Amino acid sequence: MLDSTVSYVTEDGRTIGGVVMEMKNITLRFGGVVAIKDISFDIREGEIRAIIGPNGAGKSSMLNVISGFYVPQDGEVLFHGKPRPQMKPYEVAQQGIARTFQNIALFEGMTVLDNVMTGRLNKMNSGLLAQAIWRGKAEQEEIENREKAEKIIDFLEIQHIRKTPVARLPYGLKKRVELARALVSEPSILLLDEPMAGMNVEEKEDMSRFILDVNDEFGTTIALIEHDMGVVMDLSDRIVVMDYGKKIGDGTPSDIRNNQAVIDAYLGVAHD
Amino acid sequence: MPEQLVFAMEVFLNGLMAGVLYALVALGFVLIFKASGIFNYAQGVMALFSAMTLVGIMKGQVPFAHVINAIFGTDVHYFGWTVPALLAIILTVAVMVLFAWAVQKYIFRHLVGQEPIILFMATIGLAYFLEGVGDLMWNSEIKKLDVGLPQGINEAIDSYTFNIFDYGFFIDNLDIVATVIAALLVGGLVIFSQYSKEGRAMRAVADDHQAALSVGVSLNFIWIMVWSVAGFVALVAGIMWGTKSGVQFSLSLIALKALPVLMLGGFTSIPGAIVGGLIIGVGEKLFEFAIGPMVGGATENWFAYVLALIFLVFRPQGLFGEKIIERV
Repeated sequence: MLDSTVSYVTEDGRTIGGVVMEMKNITLRFGGVVAIKDISFDIREGEIRAIIGPNGAGKSSMLNVISGFYVPQDGEVLFHGKPRPQMKPYEVAQQGIARTFQNIALFEGMTVLDNVMTGRLNKMNSGLLAQAIWRGKAEQEEIENREKAEKIIDFLEIQHIRKTPVARLPYGLKKRVELARALVSEPSILLLDEPMAGMNVEEKEDMSRFILDVNDEFGTTIALIEHDMGVVMDLSDRIVVMDYGKKIGDGTPSDIRNNQAVIDAYLGVAHD
Repeated sequence: MPEQLVFAMEVFLNGLMAGVLYALVALGFVLIFKASGIFNYAQGVMALFSAMTLVGIMKGQVPFAHVINAIFGTDVHYFGWTVPALLAIILTVAVMVLFAWAVQKYIFRHLVGQEPIILFMATIGLAYFLEGVGDLMWNSEIKKLDVGLPQGINEAIDSYTFNIFDYGFFIDNLDIVATVIAALLVGGLVIFSQYSKEGRAMRAVADDHQAALSVGVSLNFIWIMVWSVAGFVALVAGIMWGTKSGVQFSLSLIALKALPVLMLGGFTSIPGAIVGGLIIGVGEKLFEFAIGPMVGGATENWFAYVLALIFLVFRPQGLFGEKIIERV
């Protein structure tokens, strides 16, 4: 096990830094149901970290704990080595942790460009009065934000639908717009909840390529949840495996491939 | 030019100006409905309350004087000072912001995710509560409101039209001022919601709560802001109507006139509220002028509602409302 502050270089030449976020003994209950049971793991700077597991394993709950939508009963979240106080989801977002949702949460009534621009809301500083007069700083800020948004739109290859209302888009493109909105806030950690759920093979390949490109080009730390084992093995640097709210594996893709508990959880165990 | 047509023109102009005032009240509804899905029954009472507060502050009334006197056996009514109109308006805005904060903190924060009908019932409760508090705070007498707005016939229009038509139009100065202020307010609100950071956040909240949270928007802050803006709009409406016909209970009933305006314009559209207001204002005045004498008058009482009913049948989403599409 590497020291939490040491960085290393991967086979494909990316530098993975020290630990940016650590989950310590997280337990989350809904009434009598234990969704997450005493789970600890960490996320390193610049890596692609996957959380996998069968249906109902508590993966989405875990992501919701990180992004502040759920508050765990026990355990703590360490961000940059410091325990994070209990936070509302919008405060977590303001800290630079962006996310997407399993069921897509976009502003359906707005255009793609407007949706992406909302991702810059936290980067806008000038006060109401300055905006009202629309001069100097406010104007410059708007131009900057717009440039950032257009850059991300180009990057994710959605220029052709910039002015289209989101409600009219097909599912695969919506997922990509959601990624754009999360990405435009220049997050230090990007949380993706099943970015490839419900996609066909071609769309999955596109999305995988975008995730790798984002990580490569912007150095964004990515934590993602995914069902598709093949995709996860190809994409991620390290993987956490959950089953019935417990952690049953944690390591590199090859570690996970050879982990008996994981194989049992996915393929079922012969009871004799 | 035939005499009838000249009369009709005057009626039309007066209708436009009455329509602006209807639009102003309707706007308060639209703002809150768009951002939080709450149909705020208390909007009219908010207009009444803000006008009462404004008069109270200007006259230097002691708030809750009746209660204080009853408990302590004193006999205080006035502080003995008067406050200039502009300062009093600023103070009243502060009171309305405080009200917005309290409404959010003590009522609607606890009702997040409830059915619309429950939220609606809560605003009915709020309306009666606020009405009671208003009376208790500033007593229930009919008050005169004068913030220095010009009133009475506009001589310039009167003589100008007299020269052309041989008949001087009666246009009230107050109506002209109200129209100008309402136009500025509406323009300001549109710019605010389209181009400012807070406006963008407001539209985000109106569209999807979860997504808004994920881009770092505090729902609480936006809702307090929206209720404050609605309070401000209520104050403007309260000043206009209060100056026109005195600050009294019937002022809260103008909210009912806003309902047909909303049905016409659509509950979610700011331009819709304006156009709806103008159509109702002009429509009811012209209808009264043309058809009123044939059916015995008093058509203004029901014209707006019947028009709204017809609209509901043929275009339920209103003129500018978002189209309702059910996907199967």
